[in-house]
Amino acid sequence: MNACPDPEASVRRQPLLLSRYAEALFWLARYMERVENLARVLDVTDTFVRHGVDQSGWRSVIQINADEERFSALYGRANAETVARFYLAERENPNSILSSLFAARENARTLRPLIPIEMWNQINVFYNRVRQFSKEDCVPSRVSGLCVYLKEQCQTHAGIIDGTFYRDQGWAFYCIGKYVERGDQTSRLVDIKYHTLLPSPEDVGSALDVSQWHALLRAASGFQAYRRINPSHMTPASVAGFLLLNDSFPRSVTRCVRQIEIYLGQLSSGYGLRGAHAAQEQLDELRAALMDQSIQQILSRGLHEFLDWVQLQFIGLQDAIAQSFWRRPEQSQQQSQSGGP
Amino acid sequence: MNGLLDGYDKRHFFCELMDCTSHDPAVQLIASRLAAMDPAELQRRAKIAEVELFNQGITFTVYSDKDAIDRILPFDLIPRVLTAREWDGLERGVRQRVAALNAFIWDVYHDQHILNDGVVPRHLVLANSNYRPEMAGLDVPHGTYVHVCGVDIIRDETGQFLVLEDNARTPSGVSYVIENRNMMRRIFPDLMDGIAVKPVGTYGMMLQAALAEIAPADAADPQVVLLSPGIYNSAYFEHIFLAREMGVPLVEGSDLVVENHCVYMRTTAGLAPVHSIYRRLNDDFLDPDVFRPDSTLGVRGLIESWRRGRVAIANAVGTGVADDKAIYAYMPRIIRYYLGQDAILPNVETHICGEAEGLAYTLDHLEHLVVKPVGESGGYGLIIGPHATRDEIDAFRVQLRADPANYISQPMINLSVSPTLAGHGLMPRHVDLRPFAITGRKTWVLPGGLTRVALREGSLVVNSSQGGGSKDTWVLE
Repeated sequence: MNACPDPEASVRRQPLLLSRYAEALFWLARYMERVENLARVLDVTDTFVRHGVDQSGWRSVIQINADEERFSALYGRANAETVARFYLAERENPNSILSSLFAARENARTLRPLIPIEMWNQINVFYNRVRQFSKEDCVPSRVSGLCVYLKEQCQTHAGIIDGTFYRDQGWAFYCIGKYVERGDQTSRLVDIKYHTLLPSPEDVGSALDVSQWHALLRAASGFQAYRRINPSHMTPASVAGFLLLNDSFPRSVTRCVRQIEIYLGQLSSGYGLRGAHAAQEQLDELRAALMDQSIQQILSRGLHEFLDWVQLQFIGLQDAIAQSFWRRPEQSQQQSQSGGP
Repeated sequence: MNGLLDGYDKRHFFCELMDCTSHDPAVQLIASRLAAMDPAELQRRAKIAEVELFNQGITFTVYSDKDAIDRILPFDLIPRVLTAREWDGLERGVRQRVAALNAFIWDVYHDQHILNDGVVPRHLVLANSNYRPEMAGLDVPHGTYVHVCGVDIIRDETGQFLVLEDNARTPSGVSYVIENRNMMRRIFPDLMDGIAVKPVGTYGMMLQAALAEIAPADAADPQVVLLSPGIYNSAYFEHIFLAREMGVPLVEGSDLVVENHCVYMRTTAGLAPVHSIYRRLNDDFLDPDVFRPDSTLGVRGLIESWRRGRVAIANAVGTGVADDKAIYAYMPRIIRYYLGQDAILPNVETHICGEAEGLAYTLDHLEHLVVKPVGESGGYGLIIGPHATRDEIDAFRVQLRADPANYISQPMINLSVSPTLAGHGLMPRHVDLRPFAITGRKTWVLPGGLTRVALREGSLVVNSSQGGGSKDTWVLE
């Protein structure tokens, strides 16, 4: 009997990871990260709209997720109640927290042979609780409480995976998924908010103006860090610069890109996965664009154009990863790319 | 004894607990601990168990358009207890059964001595829909076809164990055996305290070892995988559980590819060889080149690769010919034919309606018999004469006459009972037992097995699809 040929045997490192599992890990991380980001945005919007400082708030949540059409078809008018319900509990909205959690749980179900039991249990219980969110739960007086719960559960998930997940290549795929989503979300947040919030001449320097930039920073959980490094001023440019380029802020686009770089590096040199090279090349360009420009340069060349390009780079990156590690020619199934155009 | 078991009336049935207290002090201790329980406390623990099973996803999932609803197999927290002596007989009986099944399948796909000698009617085997001509002449490692066997065993009024059915294809339920034990340790530690119960946690290791034993001999470090139909399968939890316990990937058909008669799985590092497959997929779906051409769950070229000895498949293809309800009737004779022994575990007396004598007997005694279609499982399509109405029996008579070969009949066995939590007390409910045997080179039997319980009062049908639940099964040291 002849042994089956195994050309990859010499470069392959144990333990192996099924392509399908790599894909599910990447998406599980994206969906969980998406839930947390959306919960932050909803919570902050709720606070600031209620205090009357950010009237554009609810509409801009819809814009961030590029859901204008779907929203108006289902609900018509955007107000605190309809937007909250649309994003918390609407099954017909693929970008809702409920839908993201459903997708996260189905990916986790696929991964159950691999992931720690505690990780599945928490996602399972979490989803089943959110499944029960009713119309009455989504009223303005309860939104903030629900968002706190959602954030806590996402952080519990992060803690469980940090404390129990075996550090093999699966971990790298998970982390890449998480930082792709986070970087993408921050870039969307800045893109939409920056332009809605750009001061009109009569607002400059008013209390209203500053509060809105507070809201933006809080939505990205960056308010305290921003204040620590900018105690004396708050300008639109410095806020955008902080959220996009700051190297130490865990939700900045630059920080996310650096993390992705580290984990792609682990895949290629640590685990000998040649498939990572294409993604690394794709990422190089994005990293260079973020490293080599100041926020002033970006603003002068057009922030919106730049962020559009950043989002396309993330899509390209994800494509390169999928192509190298899990996509097959006959495969058509695609998980949901966040939001929009 | 007094307390919770005071009003317990097992009637004329054999009780797995109360009829064993006299000859085993541990059983007596368990009974007295149960009797001393506060029913409200039992209810509270039962509720915790239910929530935990749900939260942990020890469930089967019902998919609808946009949601996935998990359901649990009901769990009864009163264990079913087997004494060391009872288990000794069961274990020897199961081993014997597995040895005979493997010898029979080998023979059927090779020289067919048993058919030539007229011990088993030729047509029952060769015309059986589960007979796979593709298997003829194929040698499997160690002569093992049935690597995982589940034998359904019941107990009559006298306490005699009887085999009701052999499951030689892809028997399921073993995950519940182990999860039920885990659950008992968490919510009922005080019942087991100080009582030596045989552990069940090694099943995954034993299964992995058997699968490695049947891998092609030149695979130094065999790659074992579990092949599942995927998340929509009702036994998906068990597939997850077994993959996890074995430490092997759970693959779906689309994860595997055959190139030059070698089986590979798609990994992030490219194609990696697979040497041994525990498949939880029926024969029909395994390979569209050989069986159902429309199967999207299988792997093209898998069977040819297997025939060439490049990969092992457990259970082997074509084992369904041995666990058919009509072949079952011949099992005592099959055991004697190959092993020269009497069956340690007797069959339930069985009449084959495909034979004139059996049909005549069945038609004459329909109101006293259980009549089952041979091809069905899950408790579907059967009639329990003593529980049926006149009209149901008349309707069934027509059905039976139209297609007698599709049926066997057996006397109604009054299944043994076990105290089961119902409302605020312990009530007798009927149970069966499915021990699991793993065979690579040798056979190993998991101590105990799955005890299924008919939760509805008076019901004799333990299948989960018909209102059944399960219990932890304790084999005393």
